[in-house]
Amino acid sequence: MKPVIQVENLGKRYRIGLAPQRYRTLSENISQALSRPFRRAGAIIRRSVGQDVLQPGEEYIWALQDINFEVQHGQVLGIIGRNGAGKSTLLKVLSRITEPTTGSVTIRGRVGSLLEVGTGFHPELTGRENIYLNGAILGMRNTEIGRKFDEIVAFSEVEQFIDTPVKRYSSGMYLRLAFAVAAHLEPEILVVDEVLAVGDVEFQKKCLGKMGDVAQEGRTVLFVSHNMSAVLRLTQESIVMEKGRLILRAPSSEAVDYYLSAGNAKAGERIWDADKVPADAAPFRPIALRLLDKTGKILDTVRSTEEFKIEMEYALAGPLTGLRIGIYLSTARGEYVLTSFDTDDQKHFEKHGSRPAGHYVSGCVIPPDFLNGGRYTLGVNASSYRVRRYFMDEQALTFNVDSSGAPGMQWAEPRPGVLRPRLEWKIETK
Amino acid sequence: MAKAAIAISEPKTVVIRSSKGWTALNLRDLWVYRELVYFMTWRDLKVRYKQTALGVSWAVIQPFMNMVVFSIFFGGLAHVPTDNGIPYPIFSFVALLPWTLFTNALNNASRSLVSNQNMITKIYFPKLVLPLSSVLSGLVDFLIAFVVLIGIALYYNLTGQAHITITAALWTLIPYLLMALMTALGIALWLSALYVQYRDVGYILPFLSDILKFISPVVYSTTMIPAKWQMIYALNPMAGVINGFRWAILGTPTGPDTRLIISAVVALVILVSGMIYFRRMERTFADTI
Repeated sequence: MKPVIQVENLGKRYRIGLAPQRYRTLSENISQALSRPFRRAGAIIRRSVGQDVLQPGEEYIWALQDINFEVQHGQVLGIIGRNGAGKSTLLKVLSRITEPTTGSVTIRGRVGSLLEVGTGFHPELTGRENIYLNGAILGMRNTEIGRKFDEIVAFSEVEQFIDTPVKRYSSGMYLRLAFAVAAHLEPEILVVDEVLAVGDVEFQKKCLGKMGDVAQEGRTVLFVSHNMSAVLRLTQESIVMEKGRLILRAPSSEAVDYYLSAGNAKAGERIWDADKVPADAAPFRPIALRLLDKTGKILDTVRSTEEFKIEMEYALAGPLTGLRIGIYLSTARGEYVLTSFDTDDQKHFEKHGSRPAGHYVSGCVIPPDFLNGGRYTLGVNASSYRVRRYFMDEQALTFNVDSSGAPGMQWAEPRPGVLRPRLEWKIETK
Repeated sequence: MAKAAIAISEPKTVVIRSSKGWTALNLRDLWVYRELVYFMTWRDLKVRYKQTALGVSWAVIQPFMNMVVFSIFFGGLAHVPTDNGIPYPIFSFVALLPWTLFTNALNNASRSLVSNQNMITKIYFPKLVLPLSSVLSGLVDFLIAFVVLIGIALYYNLTGQAHITITAALWTLIPYLLMALMTALGIALWLSALYVQYRDVGYILPFLSDILKFISPVVYSTTMIPAKWQMIYALNPMAGVINGFRWAILGTPTGPDTRLIISAVVALVILVSGMIYFRRMERTFADTI
């Protein structure tokens, strides 16, 4: 049987605007200045007839390059990679939203894509009206929607408000309804991007369950997610993308492991090269994120019974007001353990309300007997609340926690749970 | 049961690659998505007068107030003559009917792509659906305003100020209406595709409407145009439409002749060229919007 999706030498190029001017001689400058309006006008005209022209000096990036893969009928394929690796662009090309620059994709079957739920929802329309409208937008026939209407409403849990305009809905209700419509789409090939991140935990479970059903029914599914436990649960095989290229196709557990350890420098320390920091982070510049033991030595494996320090080193090129450095600790599977900011404490919040230009280290201590054994990911973020996010790296560092010596080690069984605290038990006889 | 429906529709093969040059119009795709045209039109209608106190009466108030203003300034103060001595208010209202339809359709359709950008960047569908449904949703307003026209005509007949009769020519309103829609859609296809890339279009639209209004016989009669300019004047399809409306309803001497053929050909050229341009630009919409 022929593959349902066949991707060959796929590439997608985007223009990213003019590069900064370089130093030139005066005569060059003058001739440039004289000819630029003409070249610019030429570019405008050619672009208005749909040609993809690059002005001299204009920069572009390949969001996708040399992508080759096939998907067989009934296969559920995961697509993983960091932000900006090209996953979303790939899905957009596969669902015909945007055209590739090079190469081709052959698709055998009806494609349904869920790149975002609730597209086309109109706030003034009622839930009932939006179900029909959104269904039509997603490519369902009127009769098909009518047949599934009750099922959709029941799944969304908004029966009571079905004749209320959706602008009166809570954001949770809105998302549930939007997902419910999308989940009842029945194409031969389903392309899904991160829609599982909707609603509360209960509803997320329900969404995952629904996705599992879809996979069971023998339909072909492409599934993009940052939630590694969802990828592992739903897919047998995954591809890993990095900087627009497909770098690995393997059974999901192997691909997830590769993804989690790839790109992370030496365990225990992450250093950002000055020229690799995004330009829009300025005036903030991250330098390094480290895990240190009591003596200040860099750790690659943390012992759960000992305290350790998380330290973020950074520089400010100019003064910043309201800056806060945050850490996000999560399990390797993508479940959050904690979020903490350096100005959480009222004292610090007042004292460091504005920080002058300079070189800083923000650090905190994770107490002993806190984390369970396993693999963890540490993310960092520098932002001013409700003003701007200067820098963010969700997976700056991954590290292992070794639980030897932790409470309960006399039993050699794995302990479910993220935490492994030493609790004060009392056993009394009465 | 639902699964059976999918099994019947045989899987069709689609090859996605970079399209070069000018592409076929692909009207079949539009046919497949006809239900979406219907739903988008219906959404426009449902939403248009939501949370307005006067609701659907706006469909009437717009041309009616224009008629009042025109009658005071052009009919009353400037003494613009009408054909056959028809009272100025009804003379201008008959022109305002297709004109309001045209100008609203042009405006809404030209903005339709940009105002639905999230659909364009998230979902595949023939983009022609958006301007097309914007144009169609104006038809309902037109029909409501038409009922008001009947009221005005009755008033003038009863008071004896004019003699408006129903003639066999009335059926020609349908092709005239089609011509107005074609012209609006054609210009809107050009402008909406340009609007995706150049937001300048948003600033051009208001005065484009104004200019078009004055080169169309809305506030005056075509018979005021010197004979040597008549053929050039007919290049504006809306001149043909308004002349036709006045002829069919009021019996003015502006019935079909060579000028109508010119207007119709221009309307067709605008529409077809608009569709070709739109199709060509369609593939870049999601990236540039």
